[in-house]
Amino acid sequence: MGASIFKKTKSSSFLLKAFQLREMGIVIAIVLVFGLALIKNSSFASTASIQQLLSGPSVVILLAVGETLVIITKNVDLSIGSVLGLSAYVVGDLFVHHQEMPIWIALLAGTFVGLLCGLINGLIVAYARVPALVVTLGMLYIIRGVDALLVNGRQIVPSSIPNSFINLGSNSILGIPILTLIAGAAVLIFTYIMRTFRPARDFYAIGSNTEAAVLAGVRVQRRVFTAFLISGALAGLGGALWLAEFATVGSTAGSGYELNVVAAVVVGGVAIFGGSGTVLGAAFGALLLNTIDQALVASRVSSFWNQAVAGALLLVAIAFDRYVALKTERALRVDRFSSSEAK
Amino acid sequence: MSTFKTLLSGRSRALVRWEFGLVLLLIATMIFGANESKYFLGWQTFFFAGLNFGEIAIMALPMTLIIITGEIDLSVASMLGLSASLLGYLFIHGWNIWLAMGICLIVGILGGALNGALITILGLPSIAVTIGTLTLYRGIALIVLGSNTAQGFPVSFTKLSLPIAHTHIAWDFAIFIVLALIFGVVLHSTALGRSIFAIGLQPETAFFSGIRVKRIKFSLYVVSGLISAFAGLLYTFQQSSSASDTGLGLELNVVAIALFGGISIFGGRGTIIGVVLAVCVFGSLQASLTAINVSAQAQNIVTGCLLLVSVLLPNLTQSFSGTKRKLQRRKVVGT
Repeated sequence: MGASIFKKTKSSSFLLKAFQLREMGIVIAIVLVFGLALIKNSSFASTASIQQLLSGPSVVILLAVGETLVIITKNVDLSIGSVLGLSAYVVGDLFVHHQEMPIWIALLAGTFVGLLCGLINGLIVAYARVPALVVTLGMLYIIRGVDALLVNGRQIVPSSIPNSFINLGSNSILGIPILTLIAGAAVLIFTYIMRTFRPARDFYAIGSNTEAAVLAGVRVQRRVFTAFLISGALAGLGGALWLAEFATVGSTAGSGYELNVVAAVVVGGVAIFGGSGTVLGAAFGALLLNTIDQALVASRVSSFWNQAVAGALLLVAIAFDRYVALKTERALRVDRFSSSEAK
Repeated sequence: MSTFKTLLSGRSRALVRWEFGLVLLLIATMIFGANESKYFLGWQTFFFAGLNFGEIAIMALPMTLIIITGEIDLSVASMLGLSASLLGYLFIHGWNIWLAMGICLIVGILGGALNGALITILGLPSIAVTIGTLTLYRGIALIVLGSNTAQGFPVSFTKLSLPIAHTHIAWDFAIFIVLALIFGVVLHSTALGRSIFAIGLQPETAFFSGIRVKRIKFSLYVVSGLISAFAGLLYTFQQSSSASDTGLGLELNVVAIALFGGISIFGGRGTIIGVVLAVCVFGSLQASLTAINVSAQAQNIVTGCLLLVSVLLPNLTQSFSGTKRKLQRRKVVGT
């Protein structure tokens, strides 16, 4: 079945087909999981349940969008969990001191905190040319430490957050949770940008072959810097939304999130070594992992199984990607061979 | 050829400098700690530092070898947790403790073999695979033990949390030193060790010079799984309890120690003595920061900064000497 797809002629259509196949695969998996859970438990399709399925992974989706951009450029951002925690606390603390702060300022403040962290990451990775894994691992510790100093054993409690802000995390417009709308908007905007604009296409060029990109005149440093800025900013915004969703923030908020996000991105078909993958795929990846979580709960399988299933799925996804990549490569080689023969 | 030689000597010089820097840092933290608290240089500091860092340090050894081959293993802490949970489960269900320990170690070997097989046979990227098995092994630990906590291990085992009889040395630390010696000898004075460096520097070249790249990588993952499972047993006995979240998140600490010890994340470069020194510096630093009442979480700032400095410094000196070389070349061209 897969082979027929690869027998088409133009090489660009091969890649396009492979990506489409990849995203369709995740959507099919989501539908499959949903269907299986529905058989076990008919209330899985209730409005409340579907709203939960959509809003639950919103923050992860937001972070996954930024992480996707970074991974496409052949880097990785491990600091996002700490950034989320710091931003959530800072915004919460602002509310403690200024009860009447408008919502948009709160969201902006969170984004700004993230932007600052992304700025440091980006400067060091892009301009000092230090491997991103090490830099962002270091920043993971530093930001978490700064967070701990700020929090100093205190906690943000729901009573100090205005209701209008908490509503952001629980209300919905036309039946769609506000969190989902925000995450969805981010996915749509970045999908459009990554498909349309030339600087965004540079991200893929850098990830596929950095040296070639440099020789082709791509401003590699600037693009990598931008990717980290965006990743930081989205993680910061995610922190503010986290506060809206949970309304309680201590010094450990979001710790360990970074690996969940990377997992979602990889399940979504973004190659860990850069150069391929889409924002939409990453978002679907996050959605799938969350749907599996919820489906296990709904099927009354002990929730202890969640993680093992997610881990196994991640391995399957990576192996499948490798299979598709090998197939595409072989098809491309045959394609090139036959076209050169024709000449 | 001559450029290759200068490159080599430059590299070894940088390495000597790095380990020398670690020694200086170690002395500095000790002086600082001794200044702040008169109890700092007592045996308690040494003992508790060894106890706190033991598991991380032990897991850092196979991690070092894996990073030198240019790969990574992020599943170590989950394997520690799985081994601890399995030991707890089997013990609660009345298994002989020795048999239970043996099964945990076998699970460690199997887990490492799964990592190794996916990475070498299927050719998947190690960072993605081990994030997957990180989730998988922690998930299995949850299935095994759920939200229970296993307790009541025999005293003859839990006394591993006390110093070795007639000394003030923590068991963890002693085991770490013995293992470090073994790993050091293997890495620095055997053909296998040279092969590991060769793989990290240039896998294709290593392959064409007859080094069994895949087999070596596979065995390293098996060793890593085994050692992590062993660390899980040690951790359980020292805490006298085990739960499914035992050692959660330690993987990044392990990587941090290895990198701080001067192991290049790109592979092909690093020494075991550097990692041992890094463990000592972290231990001494943590003790001295605790002596001046810096909270454990705030100490993260220092850890992170050290990690950043450890990669920024060599890079800066490299780019500095790079510009110098460029200037020299320009001079040569000019004449």
